[in-house]
Amino acid sequence: MLTFLLRRFLSSLIVLFFAVSLTFLLTRSLPGGPFDKEKAGSAKVQEALLEKYQLNGTLWQQYTAYLRDLARLDLRVSFKYRDWSVAEILAQKMPSSLKLGGIAFLIASILGVLLGSLAAMRRDTPIDWAAMFGAIIAISIPSFITGPFLVAVFALWLRWLPVGGWGGISHLILPAICLSAPYVAYVARLMRNSLLDVMKSDFLRTAKAKGLTETQALTRHAMKVAILPVVTYLGPLAAHLLTGSMIVESVFNISGAGSIFVNAIQNRDAFLLCGAVVIYCSLLIVFNFIVDLLYSVLDKRIRLYA
Amino acid sequence: MPDVLKTLTRPNGWAIVQRNRPAMISLVFLFTIVVIAFTVPFFLPASLKSTSSDTFLPPLTKGVESAMLHLFGTDKNGQDLFYRLLTGAQVSLGVGIVGAFISLIIGTLYGMISGYFGGRVDALMMRAVDMLYAVPRILFIMIFIAAFDSVFKDWLDGARLWAQQAEWKSLEEAARYLIPYSKILVMILSLGLVEWLTMARIIRGQVLVLRELTFVTASRAMGQSGWVILRKHLLPNLSTLILTYLTLTIPAVILDESFLSFLGLGIEDPAASWGSLLKDGAQVINPIESKWWLLAFPALLMSLSLLALNFLGDGLRDAFDPKSAD
Repeated sequence: MLTFLLRRFLSSLIVLFFAVSLTFLLTRSLPGGPFDKEKAGSAKVQEALLEKYQLNGTLWQQYTAYLRDLARLDLRVSFKYRDWSVAEILAQKMPSSLKLGGIAFLIASILGVLLGSLAAMRRDTPIDWAAMFGAIIAISIPSFITGPFLVAVFALWLRWLPVGGWGGISHLILPAICLSAPYVAYVARLMRNSLLDVMKSDFLRTAKAKGLTETQALTRHAMKVAILPVVTYLGPLAAHLLTGSMIVESVFNISGAGSIFVNAIQNRDAFLLCGAVVIYCSLLIVFNFIVDLLYSVLDKRIRLYA
Repeated sequence: MPDVLKTLTRPNGWAIVQRNRPAMISLVFLFTIVVIAFTVPFFLPASLKSTSSDTFLPPLTKGVESAMLHLFGTDKNGQDLFYRLLTGAQVSLGVGIVGAFISLIIGTLYGMISGYFGGRVDALMMRAVDMLYAVPRILFIMIFIAAFDSVFKDWLDGARLWAQQAEWKSLEEAARYLIPYSKILVMILSLGLVEWLTMARIIRGQVLVLRELTFVTASRAMGQSGWVILRKHLLPNLSTLILTYLTLTIPAVILDESFLSFLGLGIEDPAASWGSLLKDGAQVINPIESKWWLLAFPALLMSLSLLALNFLGDGLRDAFDPKSAD
């Protein structure tokens, strides 16, 4: 177990290192610098700014200097929002994205697993067809269509829920539905296929032979194994949802972390972008680690090797 | 006895697809859309295509300036929405198909090399894919767009100037015509360069299975080189799998393109795509004066097309790749 943890930690650090390096080097080598729009415009001002933000010297010098700071957990200052450090911006934007993403994640995992198992248990009945048809619709329609559609129906027409903004639970319902809809569908399809596979297996026949009813056999034996592919999918999904969605946040007018990626690239704000990538990768690593632990809990045949 | 055997053999994949009604309907629908989108705009009268003072006309009304019937209404520049939708379909479907093809070529090559050579090469190449998965996709797409954008524009401009000097009228015209559309080329290239990761993984998995089969051992014993085996023996065996995932990659690329255009980072006027049309529609929507047609028609056409592509892809996958669990 200890060697597993240690090896896992090291490989995570390598992934993190590559992701940040790639992001930093690519952003810095793009045409157009962060200070191109300075009014003063003289070469002196540009030079002073570059030095202040430690962007002078060759790309390699900038990169190594940045990595040294990163190793000390210093994410540096944003170019665009001068008075803010990257850590402060992230601390301000992340909470609402975490909350919304967390709720969407819960909806996607619980509802998806329920719908998928129901479809598999009632295979080739109207329930199954309806669930799978709904799933393919949810996957096909992008969130920037479902979002305005939900607003038009539930906020403008029926007036049950607010149009946008941030505050109570009523503000969370529409964005959470909009954000989770395609992932409910993915999880349900995954769960259905996997449960159908498990239902053919020998151990389930044994369970039924010794007298368990269909439902008992499914809940006690089949679910645990059938949920494994879903768990694998949920790991990266959690990281993806928790870092915010630009579309959903802009449709529902929520100030979250989703826009950081896009805006930071537009502004060539390398440090902010790298900070966001660090957060995203860390979440990804943590959730993949949890997935591996869950695997060995759910299926005793799986042991942890690095 | 032969009769029994005949009924017992598995029907070939195409027969299974033909029995799948949603997939067949989707195929017909997509074919119709493609044919309409690439033919009808050429036959529409020029006065319908240009901008006019008849802005925001609701559907099925006659324009004052052009006296033409606007089937789907007009937009903020007084352009006919029906025409814009069809040109948008050209761009969206074109970007989707060509982008998916590029990602298909990269993904297939990568997956085949990784799976066939195995061992350390495979481990290294798959770790690289894992790393690329760890960086958000949108980041790569935007970085590629930023990197290629000015390059392409400069290149087209250079071609135009060179043609001007050499007095090649037609080339100069072509370059001038293409400059506003250079963004589309950039988008195709960027999306194609990003979307190949899943394809590479699936192809690699299949190659790992195929290369253990006896016909590969036989061809190796005959002294064929790795490349020849890959091209002559493995590629035909992979073709249905490739076709299936091509159908599933096209909607993914279309979605990415429309996402970028919706954010205003993709296709720019005068060119249109479904995403940019939706963006224009979303900008003018307000509860007091509803201009619903600007949002409803693009959304409907795009959703139906993506739905059809996904149905078709699922049908193909069920037929040719029955073991894959989503």
